[in-house]
Amino acid sequence: MISIKKLRRSFGPIIAVDGVSFDVEKGQVLGFLGPNGAGKSTVMRMLACFLRPDSGTATVCGYDILKNPADVRRSIGYLAENVPAYSEMTVGSLLNFVCDVRQIAGKDRKRALDRIVPMCAIESVYHQTIETLSKGYRRRVGLAQALIHDPDVLILDEPTDGLDPNQKHEVRTLIGKMAKDKCIVVSTHVLEEVEAVCSRTIIIARGKILVDSTPEALREKYKCSLDEVFRKITKSKVA
Amino acid sequence: MHSFWAVLKREFKSYFTTPIAYVFLVVFLFFSGYLTFKRGFFEIRQADMTAFFVNMPLLFVFLVPAVAMRLWAEERKSGSIELLLTLPITVIQAVLGKFFAAWLFLAIALALTFPMVVTVCYLGDPDTGLIVTGYIASFLMAGAFLAVGCFFSTVSKNQVISFVLSVVACAILVFAGMPTTMDYLSTFLPAGLVTTVETFSLQTHYESIQIGVLQFRDLSYFVLLIVGWIAASAVVLEERKAN
Repeated sequence: MISIKKLRRSFGPIIAVDGVSFDVEKGQVLGFLGPNGAGKSTVMRMLACFLRPDSGTATVCGYDILKNPADVRRSIGYLAENVPAYSEMTVGSLLNFVCDVRQIAGKDRKRALDRIVPMCAIESVYHQTIETLSKGYRRRVGLAQALIHDPDVLILDEPTDGLDPNQKHEVRTLIGKMAKDKCIVVSTHVLEEVEAVCSRTIIIARGKILVDSTPEALREKYKCSLDEVFRKITKSKVA
Repeated sequence: MHSFWAVLKREFKSYFTTPIAYVFLVVFLFFSGYLTFKRGFFEIRQADMTAFFVNMPLLFVFLVPAVAMRLWAEERKSGSIELLLTLPITVIQAVLGKFFAAWLFLAIALALTFPMVVTVCYLGDPDTGLIVTGYIASFLMAGAFLAVGCFFSTVSKNQVISFVLSVVACAILVFAGMPTTMDYLSTFLPAGLVTTVETFSLQTHYESIQIGVLQFRDLSYFVLLIVGWIAASAVVLEERKAN
Protein backbone atom coordinates (compact mmCIF):
# COMPACT_ATOMS: atom_id res chain seq x y z
CA MET A 1 0.00 0.00 0.00
CA ILE A 2 3.01 2.23 0.46
CA SER A 3 5.76 2.02 -2.08
CA ILE A 4 8.75 4.34 -1.77
CA LYS A 5 11.25 4.64 -4.58
CA LYS A 6 14.64 6.28 -4.07
CA LEU A 7 13.35 9.25 -2.06
CA ARG A 8 15.94 11.94 -1.59
CA ARG A 9 15.71 15.25 0.18
CA SER A 10 18.31 17.70 1.40
CA PHE A 11 18.12 20.88 3.43
CA GLY A 12 20.94 23.10 2.21
CA PRO A 13 24.17 21.13 2.58
CA ILE A 14 22.56 18.49 4.82
CA ILE A 15 21.24 15.39 3.10
CA ALA A 16 18.32 14.34 5.29
CA VAL A 17 17.08 11.42 3.21
CA ASP A 18 19.41 9.75 0.76
CA GLY A 19 17.79 7.34 -1.68
CA VAL A 20 15.39 5.51 0.63
CA SER A 21 13.25 2.75 -0.96
CA PHE A 22 10.88 0.29 0.68
CA ASP A 23 7.36 -1.13 0.42
CA VAL A 24 4.80 -1.68 3.16
CA GLU A 25 1.85 -4.00 2.68
CA LYS A 26 -1.59 -4.10 4.26
CA GLY A 27 -1.51 -5.81 7.66
CA GLN A 28 2.07 -4.73 8.37
CA VAL A 29 3.13 -2.46 11.20
CA LEU A 30 6.46 -0.97 10.28
CA GLY A 31 8.64 0.34 13.10
CA PHE A 32 10.77 3.14 11.77
CA LEU A 33 13.85 3.51 13.95
CA GLY A 34 16.88 5.71 13.92
CA PRO A 35 18.90 8.17 15.98
CA ASN A 36 17.81 11.82 16.16
CA GLY A 37 18.24 13.54 12.82
CA ALA A 38 18.32 10.24 10.93
CA GLY A 39 15.62 11.35 8.48
CA LYS A 40 12.61 9.49 9.88
CA SER A 41 10.36 12.52 10.16
CA THR A 42 11.48 13.81 6.76
CA VAL A 43 10.43 10.54 5.10
CA MET A 44 7.09 10.67 6.90
CA ARG A 45 6.53 14.30 5.95
CA MET A 46 7.20 13.46 2.33
CA LEU A 47 4.71 10.58 2.53
CA ALA A 48 2.11 12.97 3.95
CA CYS A 49 2.82 15.31 0.99
CA PHE A 50 3.98 18.10 3.28
CA LEU A 51 7.53 18.14 1.92
CA ARG A 52 8.44 17.65 -1.71
CA PRO A 53 11.26 15.21 -2.36
CA ASP A 54 14.25 16.49 -4.35
CA SER A 55 14.10 13.30 -6.37
CA GLY A 56 12.42 9.93 -6.26
CA THR A 57 8.77 9.38 -5.51
CA ALA A 58 6.34 7.25 -3.55
CA THR A 59 2.86 5.89 -3.99
CA VAL A 60 0.32 5.54 -1.21
CA CYS A 61 -2.78 3.42 -1.93
CA GLY A 62 -1.89 3.66 -5.61
CA TYR A 63 -1.70 7.46 -5.63
CA ASP A 64 1.56 9.20 -6.43
CA ILE A 65 2.68 11.74 -3.81
CA LEU A 66 3.80 14.17 -6.52
CA LYS A 67 0.94 13.76 -8.98
CA ASN A 68 -2.06 13.19 -6.69
CA PRO A 69 -1.20 14.74 -3.32
CA ALA A 70 -4.86 15.45 -2.49
CA ASP A 71 -5.83 11.76 -2.97
CA VAL A 72 -2.84 10.65 -0.91
CA ARG A 73 -3.84 12.95 1.95
CA ARG A 74 -7.39 11.71 1.75
CA SER A 75 -6.29 8.10 2.21
CA ILE A 76 -3.84 8.58 5.06
CA GLY A 77 -4.03 9.53 8.70
CA TYR A 78 -0.95 11.47 9.74
CA LEU A 79 0.22 12.36 13.21
CA ALA A 80 3.16 14.76 13.08
CA GLU A 81 5.98 14.66 15.60
CA ASN A 82 5.16 17.84 17.53
CA VAL A 83 1.36 17.36 17.21
CA PRO A 84 0.49 20.58 15.43
CA ALA A 85 -2.95 21.97 16.29
CA TYR A 86 -4.77 25.28 16.64
CA SER A 87 -4.23 26.10 20.28
CA GLU A 88 -7.21 28.46 20.60
CA MET A 89 -9.68 25.82 19.39
CA THR A 90 -11.47 23.35 21.60
CA VAL A 91 -10.90 19.65 21.02
CA GLY A 92 -14.46 19.32 19.71
CA SER A 93 -14.17 22.18 17.24
CA LEU A 94 -10.83 20.89 15.95
CA LEU A 95 -12.30 17.44 15.30
CA ASN A 96 -15.32 19.04 13.64
CA PHE A 97 -13.01 21.10 11.44
CA VAL A 98 -11.18 17.93 10.37
CA CYS A 99 -14.58 16.33 9.63
CA ASP A 100 -15.53 19.38 7.53
CA VAL A 101 -12.36 19.06 5.48
CA ARG A 102 -12.67 15.30 5.14
CA GLN A 103 -16.34 15.60 4.17
CA ILE A 104 -17.66 13.57 7.06
CA ALA A 105 -21.11 15.03 7.69
CA GLY A 106 -24.46 14.28 9.32
CA LYS A 107 -24.86 10.81 10.81
CA ASP A 108 -21.42 9.72 9.63
CA ARG A 109 -19.86 12.53 11.62
CA LYS A 110 -21.74 11.61 14.75
CA ARG A 111 -20.74 7.98 14.31
CA ALA A 112 -17.11 8.91 13.69
CA LEU A 113 -16.98 11.14 16.77
CA ASP A 114 -18.77 8.57 18.95
CA ARG A 115 -16.19 6.01 17.88
CA ILE A 116 -13.04 8.10 18.07
CA VAL A 117 -13.56 10.15 21.24
CA PRO A 118 -13.82 7.17 23.64
CA MET A 119 -11.20 5.28 21.64
CA CYS A 120 -8.63 8.00 22.29
CA ALA A 121 -10.03 8.68 25.79
CA ILE A 122 -10.55 12.41 25.26
CA GLU A 123 -14.14 12.71 26.52
CA SER A 124 -13.08 14.66 29.59
CA VAL A 125 -11.25 17.35 27.59
CA TYR A 126 -13.67 17.54 24.66
CA HIS A 127 -14.75 21.11 25.48
CA GLN A 128 -11.34 22.34 26.59
CA THR A 129 -9.12 24.50 24.41
CA ILE A 130 -6.05 22.73 23.09
CA GLU A 131 -3.62 25.20 24.70
CA THR A 132 -4.78 24.05 28.14
CA LEU A 133 -4.08 20.36 27.47
CA SER A 134 -1.15 18.36 28.78
CA LYS A 135 1.31 16.83 26.33
CA GLY A 136 -0.33 13.42 26.60
CA TYR A 137 -3.82 14.73 25.88
CA ARG A 138 -2.54 16.80 22.97
CA ARG A 139 -1.05 13.69 21.45
CA ARG A 140 -4.27 11.79 21.92
CA VAL A 141 -6.18 14.59 20.19
CA GLY A 142 -3.61 14.34 17.39
CA LEU A 143 -4.26 10.62 17.18
CA ALA A 144 -8.00 11.23 17.12
CA GLN A 145 -7.74 13.63 14.16
CA ALA A 146 -5.52 11.13 12.32
CA LEU A 147 -7.97 8.26 12.86
CA ILE A 148 -11.29 10.02 12.50
CA HIS A 149 -11.83 9.04 8.84
CA ASP A 150 -10.71 5.46 9.46
CA PRO A 151 -7.86 5.64 6.92
CA ASP A 152 -6.23 2.64 5.25
CA VAL A 153 -2.76 3.98 5.84
CA LEU A 154 -1.55 5.43 9.11
CA ILE A 155 1.67 7.40 9.47
CA LEU A 156 2.44 8.07 13.11
CA ASP A 157 5.51 10.03 14.10
CA GLU A 158 6.35 9.10 17.69
CA PRO A 159 2.75 8.46 18.75
CA THR A 160 3.56 7.55 22.34
CA ASP A 161 6.02 10.33 23.13
CA GLY A 162 4.90 12.19 26.26
CA LEU A 163 2.29 9.63 27.27
CA ASP A 164 2.29 7.97 30.68
CA PRO A 165 2.86 4.18 30.85
CA ASN A 166 -0.87 3.42 30.90
CA GLN A 167 -1.56 5.59 27.90
CA LYS A 168 1.41 4.10 26.09
CA HIS A 169 -0.02 0.69 26.67
CA GLU A 170 -3.42 1.82 25.39
CA VAL A 171 -1.98 3.31 22.22
CA ARG A 172 -0.03 0.13 21.56
CA THR A 173 -3.14 -1.97 22.04
CA LEU A 174 -4.97 0.39 19.68
CA ILE A 175 -2.26 0.01 17.02
CA GLY A 176 -2.30 -3.76 17.53
CA LYS A 177 -6.09 -3.85 17.04
CA MET A 178 -5.95 -1.82 13.84
CA ALA A 179 -2.95 -3.70 12.43
CA LYS A 180 -4.93 -6.40 10.64
CA ASP A 181 -6.65 -4.28 8.04
CA LYS A 182 -4.42 -1.27 7.83
CA CYS A 183 -0.92 -0.39 6.80
CA ILE A 184 0.83 1.42 9.65
CA VAL A 185 4.20 3.17 9.80
CA VAL A 186 5.30 4.15 13.31
CA SER A 187 8.49 6.01 14.13
CA THR A 188 9.73 5.70 17.68
CA HIS A 189 12.67 5.81 20.01
CA VAL A 190 11.11 3.34 22.40
CA LEU A 191 12.42 -0.06 21.40
CA GLU A 192 10.08 -2.02 23.63
CA GLU A 193 7.31 -0.53 21.53
CA VAL A 194 8.80 -2.03 18.40
CA GLU A 195 8.85 -5.43 20.07
CA ALA A 196 5.29 -4.99 21.26
CA VAL A 197 3.55 -3.87 18.09
CA CYS A 198 5.75 -3.96 14.99
CA SER A 199 5.88 -6.81 12.53
CA ARG A 200 8.81 -5.25 10.70
CA THR A 201 11.65 -2.86 11.52
CA ILE A 202 13.63 -0.47 9.41
CA ILE A 203 16.63 1.22 10.98
CA ILE A 204 17.73 4.39 9.28
CA ALA A 205 20.68 6.71 9.98
CA ARG A 206 22.01 9.72 8.10
CA GLY A 207 19.26 9.31 5.55
CA LYS A 208 20.10 5.74 4.55
CA ILE A 209 18.43 2.43 5.41
CA LEU A 210 20.82 0.28 7.46
CA VAL A 211 18.56 -2.65 8.28
CA ASP A 212 15.20 -3.90 7.02
CA SER A 213 14.13 -6.92 9.02
CA THR A 214 11.78 -8.17 11.72
CA PRO A 215 12.39 -7.57 15.44
CA GLU A 216 12.66 -11.34 16.04
CA ALA A 217 15.17 -11.90 13.23
CA LEU A 218 17.31 -9.04 14.53
CA ARG A 219 17.34 -10.42 18.05
CA GLU A 220 18.27 -13.86 16.78
CA LYS A 221 20.99 -12.62 14.49
CA TYR A 222 22.72 -10.43 17.07
CA LYS A 223 21.82 -12.60 20.08
CA CYS A 224 21.00 -9.61 22.29
CA SER A 225 18.17 -7.23 23.15
CA LEU A 226 16.80 -4.84 20.56
CA ASP A 227 18.35 -1.93 22.49
CA GLU A 228 21.80 -3.35 22.00
CA VAL A 229 21.09 -4.26 18.39
CA PHE A 230 20.09 -0.65 17.73
CA ARG A 231 23.28 0.67 19.33
CA LYS A 232 25.50 -1.78 17.51
CA ILE A 233 23.98 -1.08 14.12
CA THR A 234 23.74 2.69 14.31
CA LYS A 235 27.19 3.12 15.84
CA SER A 236 29.17 0.67 13.73
CA LYS A 237 27.55 1.33 10.37
CA VAL A 238 27.44 5.09 10.69
CA ALA A 239 30.95 5.53 12.07
CA MET B 1 -14.68 23.49 -2.61
CA HIS B 2 -15.71 22.07 0.78
CA SER B 3 -12.08 22.40 1.95
CA PHE B 4 -12.16 26.08 1.05
CA TRP B 5 -15.36 26.58 3.07
CA ALA B 6 -13.99 24.57 5.97
CA VAL B 7 -10.86 26.76 6.12
CA LEU B 8 -12.92 29.92 5.75
CA LYS B 9 -15.29 28.90 8.55
CA ARG B 10 -12.50 27.90 10.92
CA GLU B 11 -10.48 31.01 10.23
CA PHE B 12 -13.44 33.35 10.58
CA LYS B 13 -14.46 31.79 13.89
CA SER B 14 -10.89 32.07 15.16
CA TYR B 15 -11.11 35.88 15.01
CA PHE B 16 -13.89 35.76 17.55
CA THR B 17 -12.49 33.02 19.80
CA THR B 18 -9.40 35.17 20.34
CA PRO B 19 -9.49 38.85 21.42
CA ILE B 20 -8.26 39.95 17.96
CA ALA B 21 -11.72 40.71 16.60
CA TYR B 22 -12.81 42.79 19.57
CA VAL B 23 -9.59 44.78 19.86
CA PHE B 24 -9.57 45.45 16.14
CA LEU B 25 -13.24 46.47 16.00
CA VAL B 26 -12.97 48.83 18.96
CA VAL B 27 -9.83 50.53 17.63
CA PHE B 28 -11.13 50.74 14.07
CA LEU B 29 -14.57 52.08 15.00
CA PHE B 30 -13.12 54.59 17.45
CA PHE B 31 -10.60 56.04 15.02
CA SER B 32 -12.93 56.02 12.01
CA GLY B 33 -15.37 58.12 14.05
CA TYR B 34 -12.78 60.29 15.75
CA LEU B 35 -10.96 61.21 12.51
CA THR B 36 -14.25 62.03 10.78
CA PHE B 37 -15.29 64.52 13.43
CA LYS B 38 -11.78 65.92 13.68
CA ARG B 39 -11.90 66.69 9.98
CA GLY B 40 -14.88 68.94 10.64
CA PHE B 41 -17.82 66.71 9.84
CA PHE B 42 -20.26 69.27 11.31
CA GLU B 43 -18.38 72.37 10.28
CA ILE B 44 -18.58 71.67 6.54
CA ARG B 45 -22.38 71.60 6.86
CA GLN B 46 -22.85 68.99 4.15
CA ALA B 47 -24.84 65.78 4.50
CA ASP B 48 -22.23 63.45 2.97
CA MET B 49 -19.59 61.03 4.16
CA THR B 50 -16.50 62.43 2.45
CA ALA B 51 -14.95 63.29 5.81
CA PHE B 52 -15.38 59.64 6.78
CA PHE B 53 -14.11 57.92 3.62
CA VAL B 54 -11.12 60.19 3.20
CA ASN B 55 -9.54 58.67 6.33
CA MET B 56 -9.93 55.08 5.22
CA PRO B 57 -6.61 54.72 3.33
CA LEU B 58 -4.65 55.97 6.34
CA LEU B 59 -6.54 53.76 8.79
CA PHE B 60 -6.32 50.70 6.59
CA VAL B 61 -2.58 51.11 5.98
CA PHE B 62 -2.03 50.27 9.65
CA LEU B 63 -5.02 48.18 10.58
CA VAL B 64 -5.35 45.78 7.64
CA PRO B 65 -1.73 44.53 7.92
CA ALA B 66 -2.49 43.90 11.60
CA VAL B 67 -5.24 41.50 10.54
CA ALA B 68 -3.19 40.00 7.73
CA MET B 69 0.10 39.47 9.55
CA ARG B 70 -1.11 36.44 11.44
CA LEU B 71 -2.63 34.65 8.46
CA TRP B 72 0.40 32.50 7.65
CA ALA B 73 3.18 33.72 9.93
CA GLU B 74 1.36 32.39 12.99
CA GLU B 75 0.46 29.17 11.24
CA ARG B 76 4.10 28.54 10.34
CA LYS B 77 5.48 29.62 13.70
CA SER B 78 3.15 27.38 15.71
CA GLY B 79 3.55 24.51 13.25
CA SER B 80 -0.21 24.15 12.73
CA ILE B 81 0.48 24.52 9.00
CA GLU B 82 1.64 20.89 9.13
CA LEU B 83 -1.83 19.85 10.26
CA LEU B 84 -3.59 22.10 7.75
CA LEU B 85 -1.57 21.11 4.72
CA THR B 86 -1.53 17.38 5.42
CA LEU B 87 -5.33 17.37 5.36
CA PRO B 88 -6.84 17.09 1.89
CA ILE B 89 -6.54 20.83 1.24
CA THR B 90 -4.53 22.36 -1.58
CA VAL B 91 -2.36 25.40 -0.92
CA ILE B 92 -4.53 27.62 -3.10
CA GLN B 93 -7.72 26.52 -1.29
CA ALA B 94 -6.07 27.28 2.04
CA VAL B 95 -4.77 30.69 0.89
CA LEU B 96 -8.15 31.67 -0.54
CA GLY B 97 -10.05 30.36 2.49
CA LYS B 98 -7.96 32.43 4.85
CA PHE B 99 -8.03 35.49 2.63
CA PHE B 100 -11.80 35.51 2.28
CA ALA B 101 -12.29 34.89 6.00
CA ALA B 102 -10.18 37.96 6.77
CA TRP B 103 -11.93 39.97 4.07
CA LEU B 104 -15.32 38.99 5.46
CA PHE B 105 -14.15 40.11 8.88
CA LEU B 106 -13.10 43.50 7.47
CA ALA B 107 -16.46 43.74 5.71
CA ILE B 108 -18.13 43.32 9.09
CA ALA B 109 -15.89 46.02 10.55
CA LEU B 110 -16.97 48.35 7.72
CA ALA B 111 -20.62 47.41 8.17
CA LEU B 112 -20.39 48.31 11.84
CA THR B 113 -19.70 51.93 10.88
CA PHE B 114 -23.43 52.16 10.00
CA PRO B 115 -24.14 54.74 12.76
CA MET B 116 -22.23 57.19 10.55
CA VAL B 117 -24.69 56.55 7.72
CA VAL B 118 -27.61 56.87 10.12
CA THR B 119 -26.23 60.19 11.41
CA VAL B 120 -25.81 61.62 7.91
CA CYS B 121 -29.31 60.50 6.90
CA TYR B 122 -30.77 62.02 10.06
CA LEU B 123 -29.02 65.35 9.55
CA GLY B 124 -29.86 65.82 5.90
CA ASP B 125 -30.60 64.18 2.59
CA PRO B 126 -27.35 62.60 1.42
CA ASP B 127 -26.62 61.06 -1.99
CA THR B 128 -26.94 57.35 -1.16
CA GLY B 129 -25.15 56.36 -4.37
CA LEU B 130 -22.05 58.14 -3.11
CA ILE B 131 -22.25 56.36 0.22
CA VAL B 132 -22.56 52.97 -1.51
CA THR B 133 -19.61 53.59 -3.84
CA GLY B 134 -17.63 54.88 -0.87
CA TYR B 135 -18.19 51.59 0.93
CA ILE B 136 -17.40 49.59 -2.24
CA ALA B 137 -14.14 51.51 -2.62
CA SER B 138 -13.22 50.94 1.05
CA PHE B 139 -14.06 47.24 0.79
CA LEU B 140 -11.94 46.81 -2.33
CA MET B 141 -9.07 48.72 -0.75
CA ALA B 142 -9.29 46.48 2.33
CA GLY B 143 -9.08 43.43 0.02
CA ALA B 144 -6.06 44.83 -1.79
CA PHE B 145 -4.19 45.61 1.44
CA LEU B 146 -5.16 42.22 2.79
CA ALA B 147 -3.71 40.48 -0.27
CA VAL B 148 -0.47 42.45 0.20
CA GLY B 149 -0.43 41.55 3.90
CA CYS B 150 -1.18 37.91 3.12
CA PHE B 151 1.86 37.79 0.84
CA PHE B 152 4.21 39.27 3.46
CA SER B 153 2.76 36.91 6.02
CA THR B 154 3.95 33.97 3.93
CA VAL B 155 7.40 35.50 3.55
CA SER B 156 8.34 35.51 7.24
CA LYS B 157 7.50 33.40 10.26
CA ASN B 158 7.82 36.52 12.37
CA GLN B 159 4.58 38.47 12.62
CA VAL B 160 6.32 41.77 13.39
CA ILE B 161 8.39 41.52 10.22
CA SER B 162 5.34 40.72 8.10
CA PHE B 163 3.45 43.61 9.69
CA VAL B 164 6.20 46.15 9.05
CA LEU B 165 6.78 44.99 5.48
CA SER B 166 3.10 45.10 4.61
CA VAL B 167 2.60 48.55 6.18
CA VAL B 168 5.49 49.84 4.06
CA ALA B 169 4.14 48.21 0.88
CA CYS B 170 0.59 49.48 1.51
CA ALA B 171 1.88 52.97 2.35
CA ILE B 172 3.83 53.08 -0.91
CA LEU B 173 0.68 52.10 -2.79
CA VAL B 174 -1.27 54.91 -1.13
CA PHE B 175 1.31 57.67 -1.00
CA ALA B 176 2.42 57.23 -4.61
CA GLY B 177 -0.84 58.89 -5.59
CA MET B 178 -0.91 61.72 -3.01
CA PRO B 179 -0.72 65.23 -4.56
CA THR B 180 2.44 66.06 -2.56
CA THR B 181 4.25 63.00 -3.93
CA MET B 182 3.08 63.76 -7.45
CA ASP B 183 4.32 67.37 -7.16
CA TYR B 184 7.67 66.19 -5.87
CA LEU B 185 8.04 63.53 -8.59
CA SER B 186 7.16 65.98 -11.35
CA THR B 187 10.18 68.13 -10.40
CA PHE B 188 12.57 65.54 -11.81
CA LEU B 189 10.53 62.91 -13.69
CA PRO B 190 9.00 63.36 -17.17
CA ALA B 191 5.23 63.88 -17.14
CA GLY B 192 4.60 60.45 -18.70
CA LEU B 193 6.33 58.64 -15.86
CA VAL B 194 4.52 60.68 -13.22
CA THR B 195 1.20 59.65 -14.78
CA THR B 196 2.35 56.01 -14.76
CA VAL B 197 3.15 56.22 -11.06
CA GLU B 198 -0.26 57.77 -10.50
CA THR B 199 -1.96 54.95 -12.42
CA PHE B 200 -0.25 52.38 -10.22
CA SER B 201 -1.29 54.14 -7.04
CA LEU B 202 -4.18 52.79 -5.06
CA GLN B 203 -5.16 56.27 -3.91
CA THR B 204 -6.13 57.42 -7.41
CA HIS B 205 -8.40 54.42 -8.01
CA TYR B 206 -9.87 54.60 -4.52
CA GLU B 207 -10.79 58.26 -4.92
CA SER B 208 -12.21 57.66 -8.35
CA ILE B 209 -14.69 55.04 -7.05
CA GLN B 210 -15.33 56.96 -3.86
CA ILE B 211 -16.55 60.04 -5.73
CA GLY B 212 -19.14 57.85 -7.39
CA VAL B 213 -17.55 56.80 -10.67
CA LEU B 214 -17.55 53.02 -11.05
CA GLN B 215 -15.18 52.44 -13.94
CA PHE B 216 -13.87 49.19 -15.34
CA ARG B 217 -10.26 50.33 -15.05
CA ASP B 218 -10.59 51.06 -11.32
CA LEU B 219 -12.38 47.80 -10.56
CA SER B 220 -9.91 45.80 -12.64
CA TYR B 221 -7.03 47.53 -10.84
CA PHE B 222 -8.24 46.20 -7.49
CA VAL B 223 -9.05 42.75 -8.86
CA LEU B 224 -5.63 42.45 -10.51
CA LEU B 225 -3.89 43.65 -7.37
CA ILE B 226 -5.71 41.07 -5.24
CA VAL B 227 -5.27 38.19 -7.70
CA GLY B 228 -1.59 39.00 -8.19
CA TRP B 229 -0.65 39.17 -4.51
CA ILE B 230 -2.73 36.10 -3.67
CA ALA B 231 -1.12 34.08 -6.46
CA ALA B 232 2.30 35.20 -5.23
CA SER B 233 1.35 34.11 -1.69
CA ALA B 234 0.38 30.66 -2.94
CA VAL B 235 3.66 30.27 -4.83
CA VAL B 236 5.78 31.38 -1.87
CA LEU B 237 3.83 29.19 0.52
CA GLU B 238 4.20 26.12 -1.67
CA GLU B 239 7.96 26.67 -1.62
CA ARG B 240 8.42 27.58 2.02
CA LYS B 241 5.67 25.81 3.92
CA ALA B 242 7.96 23.32 5.59
CA ASN B 243 11.05 25.50 6.08
